[in-house]
Amino acid sequence: MSDFWSSLTLLFQVGLFVSALRAATPLIFAALGGVFSERSGVVNIALDGIMLVGAFMAVMGSYFLKDPWLGLLIALVSGALFALLFGVIVIRYRADQVVTGVAFNMLALGLTGFLLRLIFHHAGQSPMVAKLPDWVIPFNRFPGLSRFPALQSFVDRWIQPVLGQHTPPVYLAIAAAFLAHYVLFRTPFGLRLRAVGEHPRAADTVGVNVYAMRYLAVGLSGALAGLGGATLSLGLLSSFIENMTSGRGFIALAAMIFGKWTPLGALGACLLFGFFDALQMLGQTLGFRVPREFFLMLPYLLTMAVLAGVIGRATPPAADGKPYDKSHA
Amino acid sequence: MKRTVLFLLVCALVLSLIGAVGAAPKYKVAMVTDIGGLGDQSFNDAAYRGLQRAAKELGVEIKVVESKKMDDYETNLSNLADQKFDEIWAIGFLMTDALKNVAKRYPNTKFGIIDSVVDAPNVMSVVFKEEEGSFLQGVLAGKMTKSNIIGYIGGMEFPLIIKFESGFIAGVRSVNPKARVLVGYTGKFDDPGKGKELAMTQFSQGADIIYHASGACGIGVIEAAKEKKLLAIGVDSDQSHLAPAAVLSSMLKRVDTGVFMGAKALVEGNWKSGTVVLGLKEDGVGTGFGIDRFPKDGVKVPADVRKLHDKAVDLIKSGKLVVPSTREEVAKFKFTL
Repeated sequence: MSDFWSSLTLLFQVGLFVSALRAATPLIFAALGGVFSERSGVVNIALDGIMLVGAFMAVMGSYFLKDPWLGLLIALVSGALFALLFGVIVIRYRADQVVTGVAFNMLALGLTGFLLRLIFHHAGQSPMVAKLPDWVIPFNRFPGLSRFPALQSFVDRWIQPVLGQHTPPVYLAIAAAFLAHYVLFRTPFGLRLRAVGEHPRAADTVGVNVYAMRYLAVGLSGALAGLGGATLSLGLLSSFIENMTSGRGFIALAAMIFGKWTPLGALGACLLFGFFDALQMLGQTLGFRVPREFFLMLPYLLTMAVLAGVIGRATPPAADGKPYDKSHA
Repeated sequence: MKRTVLFLLVCALVLSLIGAVGAAPKYKVAMVTDIGGLGDQSFNDAAYRGLQRAAKELGVEIKVVESKKMDDYETNLSNLADQKFDEIWAIGFLMTDALKNVAKRYPNTKFGIIDSVVDAPNVMSVVFKEEEGSFLQGVLAGKMTKSNIIGYIGGMEFPLIIKFESGFIAGVRSVNPKARVLVGYTGKFDDPGKGKELAMTQFSQGADIIYHASGACGIGVIEAAKEKKLLAIGVDSDQSHLAPAAVLSSMLKRVDTGVFMGAKALVEGNWKSGTVVLGLKEDGVGTGFGIDRFPKDGVKVPADVRKLHDKAVDLIKSGKLVVPSTREEVAKFKFTL
């Protein structure tokens, strides 16, 4: 038993939390995207593909415009455009959202691979580009902090090393989660968006433009997923590699469900999944016999537990996945 | 109308006859990549180099087909067989089952597979002694480490990748029994983000050199080494161009030699089915030093370390040193270089 505790204390270190944050960041953006889209009634399975497009366009932007920030901006815009294309098919033409989403994932994989070859005459990996420089935030020099020595030493020991220096998307993702929560639950826009996802007919009768709200939500979800992709290619790495999202869009979907379709819930779920991933990596490194496969399936296990009602109750928006047809009563 | 069609048909027939008589018999050799695809800077690229060499030196006609999903393997292989290619290479262990089926259906086509053994009268199987090349990287890492902590990152944990791990750990032990090797697996071959994160974790635990056998995850491993100003060891192809100052060396797996050798056997008429094992002696594995390729920015390797490396090469080639290829063998391995 003492062995167990001593190994737990070994695991409990700064690196674990830093690693968890980094692993969670791309997921946070994509999961927030999922929340917006599904809250408006559109199931967005295409998140992974949109992330891939974002990752690719971010690198294009940084390569040709020589500025990673412009790359980030381009990832955001192209993610939104790609998602809007998906939106046209599922909103205007009322195609099956899941089937269309799967097709868009394949399209993204093929398209980015094809463009990579076309532009760089080279398969697999783009050249290295300028990545986003880290932000350093001195939490430990917060005015007045030194008057509380205990707090100061805690900040010095944990907060500063864990949160003090990261690639900018890490901070942006956390801020985006709080902002999204505010927008969705505290503004008229958020209310309308949720109304469209719960009962589009009712929203329509009180004058909310269902189609416009859904396009907006899907566009927003694409912009966020695009940022998630850019986090991978310009924040954590510095080049585009074919299929580099490696299924993260699906883990983000799981996180969105585990977070019960709320931005802060999704944030928490992503941090939890990131934490388990980091734990698994550190555990291996320290030589514990970790069942890695168990950690790989953990996000999905938890999601199923939530869906089955084992951990609280998860109710998706009532009109989630159902195309809306104004002309049919 | 009928006459025109007939005329055209006759013309086509005549032309094809002329074609057949005019050109010397030209062999057609193709390869199917695994899901890593071309541009993986590693395994599939190496195979393609072998194929290109065959085109240049043997004058064979070549073709590459890339697989995007596991389900593509069988389709791609049979399509090429339908197109009457003389020799078709399946690149990678993951294609074993697909090739087993296809080879049975096309008994008159010759096939080759890398990294796996398919027992059929029309398949040449090429496998490598990865443990020997990995041993050499272990020798380098064991001598070059300052912290006495060394990392190893594998992709999926199956026997083929454990061969890399085993040879590497044995190599480290033979020159530096005090060094500890941290072992980690990403569980994937296509996730550079995960590769980088695992490398950062190992670096944070004090490792200063990491050897990877994890496909495209390794791009992330090398990026982590570059960022931390520490060292990485590449795999399959020479990966020093990814970050000359951070790549100490690469374990070369001459998949190109395997493919070229198979094409040459076909052209020279002495093609045989069965298993070919390529080790250090057969020039199937080896070391690519970053400094040899980038004399200015490459990682410098002290002369005595290089001498020790070459000594290991000689011992393995002469058979005096047998490198372990499983964890059980590593546990029993005792050898001081």
